[in-house]
Amino acid sequence: MSITVDKEKCTGCGLCEKACPFGAIKIVEKIAVIGDECTLCGACVDQCNLKAISLQRKKLKDVDLSQYQDVWIVAEIKDGKVRNVSFELLGKAIELADELMQDPCVLLIGNNVTKFTQDFSNRGAKKIYIAENEDLKDYHTETYSSVITGIISKYKPNIVLYPATISGRDLAPRIAATLELGLTADCTGLSIKDGLLLQTRPAFGGNIMADIICPITRPQMATVRPNVMEMASANDNENTKIIEIPVNVDLQGLKIKTKEIISASSSECGIPVCEADIIVSGGRGVGCQENFKILEDLANVLKGAVGASRAAVDLGWIPKSQQVGQSGTTVSPRIYIACGISGTIQHLVGMKSSDIIIAINKDPEAPIFNVANYGIVGDLCEVVPLLTEALKKRLSEN
Amino acid sequence: MKFIVCVKQVPDTTEVKIDPETNTLIREGVPSILNPFDQFALEEAIKIRQEGDEIIVISMGPPQAKKALLKCLALGADKAILLSDKAFAGADTWATSYTLTQCIRKIGDFNIVFCGLQAIDGDTAQVGPEIAAQLGIPQITYVESIEKLEGKKLEAKVQTDDGYKIVEAKLPVLITGITSSSFEPTNPPMMSIMKANKKPFSTWTIDDLGGSSDNYGLNGSLTEVIKVYSPPARQQGVVIEDEKPDAAVLKLIELLSKDKVI
Ligand SMILES: Cc1cc2nc3c(=O)[nH]c(=O)nc-3n(C[C@H](O)[C@H](O)[C@H](O)COP(=O)(O)OP(=O)(O)OC[C@H]3O[C@@H](n4cnc5c(N)ncnc54)[C@H](O)[C@@H]3O)c2cc1C
Ligand SMILES: Cc1cc2nc3c(=O)[nH]c(=O)nc-3n(C[C@H](O)[C@H](O)[C@H](O)COP(=O)(O)OP(=O)(O)OC[C@H]3O[C@@H](n4cnc5c(N)ncnc54)[C@H](O)[C@@H]3O)c2cc1C
Repeated sequence: MSITVDKEKCTGCGLCEKACPFGAIKIVEKIAVIGDECTLCGACVDQCNLKAISLQRKKLKDVDLSQYQDVWIVAEIKDGKVRNVSFELLGKAIELADELMQDPCVLLIGNNVTKFTQDFSNRGAKKIYIAENEDLKDYHTETYSSVITGIISKYKPNIVLYPATISGRDLAPRIAATLELGLTADCTGLSIKDGLLLQTRPAFGGNIMADIICPITRPQMATVRPNVMEMASANDNENTKIIEIPVNVDLQGLKIKTKEIISASSSECGIPVCEADIIVSGGRGVGCQENFKILEDLANVLKGAVGASRAAVDLGWIPKSQQVGQSGTTVSPRIYIACGISGTIQHLVGMKSSDIIIAINKDPEAPIFNVANYGIVGDLCEVVPLLTEALKKRLSEN
Repeated sequence: MKFIVCVKQVPDTTEVKIDPETNTLIREGVPSILNPFDQFALEEAIKIRQEGDEIIVISMGPPQAKKALLKCLALGADKAILLSDKAFAGADTWATSYTLTQCIRKIGDFNIVFCGLQAIDGDTAQVGPEIAAQLGIPQITYVESIEKLEGKKLEAKVQTDDGYKIVEAKLPVLITGITSSSFEPTNPPMMSIMKANKKPFSTWTIDDLGGSSDNYGLNGSLTEVIKVYSPPARQQGVVIEDEKPDAAVLKLIELLSKDKVI
């Protein structure tokens, strides 16, 4: 192991002992002593004000890669619910694991997460690793990244998939850099090629696609766009192994603390836009904040979420959390309805991969029509309410 | 205080195309610009700076990336460092963040490191958190704005899935995400451009940064791009034009049910 405590520098202050999620550090005669439970997660290194702990990781270049087995997903739990994207990742993991003849596994981290075990075992997870602790209730980069870094180091998965959500995109690169691993961002396609994970992702504002591999490091890691992969379906699976991993968390030592949470969701059904199956989006063409009600009505009938262009957000008509595009959220719902949105590249990159795009715009030359499957040239204030009524009628007939 | 802003020169991706014959990027004729998100980050640093604070902009890139740094100096940064060496070429996010981390360590004594939300070419948003991890300092991603900076503490407004939160961080810290709403690319006035040429500018190579050459550029990269190609084109859609709203809606509903969308 390559973690060392500099006895000259260490004063035995105990900060590292508290910071260690795996209870591996004891202070013995005013010196920190690191025990066998150490997973090399690095939490103590960042905590030590005296820089007394140093950790050397070796690049995996000459390591036997075959000791890295199984396809893991890091499940995301939010507000006491499993986010759908976790089941999408599992769906993909099962497919990849089948091909590799390894096991699809789930890492559940948080407070009170054991209760979700069945959701994943029913859907085909072969092993479920559980890191449960009261103080993991809220996501903090520092606590989650050290715990997961440690678990990965110990259990050595071959592949780890994270959701490309706000927290997933915060967490995955932190872990990748700590463990010196390659990481592919925002994948929209994953497959196995010559035994390696072939990762497909859009780049250059969605203008190109790239195929990427991580040949020399393990685990191979990627963040995966929500709403792109098919969810794993429930099919009762009996032999799931549960592995409970005891962890300690010290919130006292956090360098970043949340002071206040300001929820501002405008979508009545409370689905985050990145997970919505149907999105009704409005742009500058909506005209005013009040008119967003027209879009909400349509979204409600379709049980979808309301999205927006940057222009509408900047005008203060709708909160930033609903913004779709390069500087907002990337979405790929089944149906995306763009109302009064011109379709600039920064908007398109955020929604172009939707299955069906419907555009309503009064300008027939608007670029949004170039990507739309269906379009109506007209005033949204007239068209949208009529559409809402027609759909309401239609859906009640079915 | 000392602020370090990481900036990247990028091709203007609104103008990038793929050569359909060779499936490679056509970069000729595509203008290079300062990554807009890095400009927003710099603007935020300028906004919170106080008398005596110093803003250093750093960029890893080819010699031409000097242009992006000069723009930053013209916008109000005090000092620029270009990290340019053949050995840095072909870096993935790990090698990029390693190089920037070496530079930041060498500068030393910093309080806040700023990165953009993401680079508009690579689009990964990974470099920021990867630098923070290597520096061993905390990170705050998806920051909307810095609300307060007092003593050794900073308060930031951060975007969440369904709104915002306010977080308090101990310095030093790394921040990414600013998408400031005054996003019209500000062009600095002529006077500032002339002044920028007089501000301190250095170019550092691998010898200045030290560390093992195995960690830089293509050698240090852990991911490998094996192919780039155009995304599949979307099918041409149906646009209903010149119809009264009710007739248009009727037609749309018909199409949607015919195609089994609803
Ligand atoms: C770095 C950067 C990042 C950006 N990130 C994003 C991003 O994440 N998301 C984003 O959306 N933008 C983003 N933008 C901004 C983007 O360039 C556009 O400015 C923005 O998308 C325009 O929004 P819009 O289509 O609503 O407005 P406009 O372009 O003004 O279009 C309004 C449309 O509404 C139509 N219209 C007007 N009235 C009606 C009516 N009554 N009925 C029907 N149609 C009507 C008009 O014909 C027009 O096509 C970014 C820009 C930059 C530089
Ligand atoms: C098509 C394609 C796909 C790619 N996919 C991946 C991938 O999935 N994983 C991977 O590891 N690499 C990938 N790369 C390589 C990656 O683009 C480069 O490593 C690049 O140097 C940094 O990544 P980025 O452009 O995504 O920056 P981001 O991580 O999006 O940049 C975030 C911020 O970091 C700072 N920053 C980034 N680069 C620099 C720089 N050179 N100088 C100063 N500051 C900087 C800026 O503040 C920037 O706003 C890909 C490259 C290509 C061409």
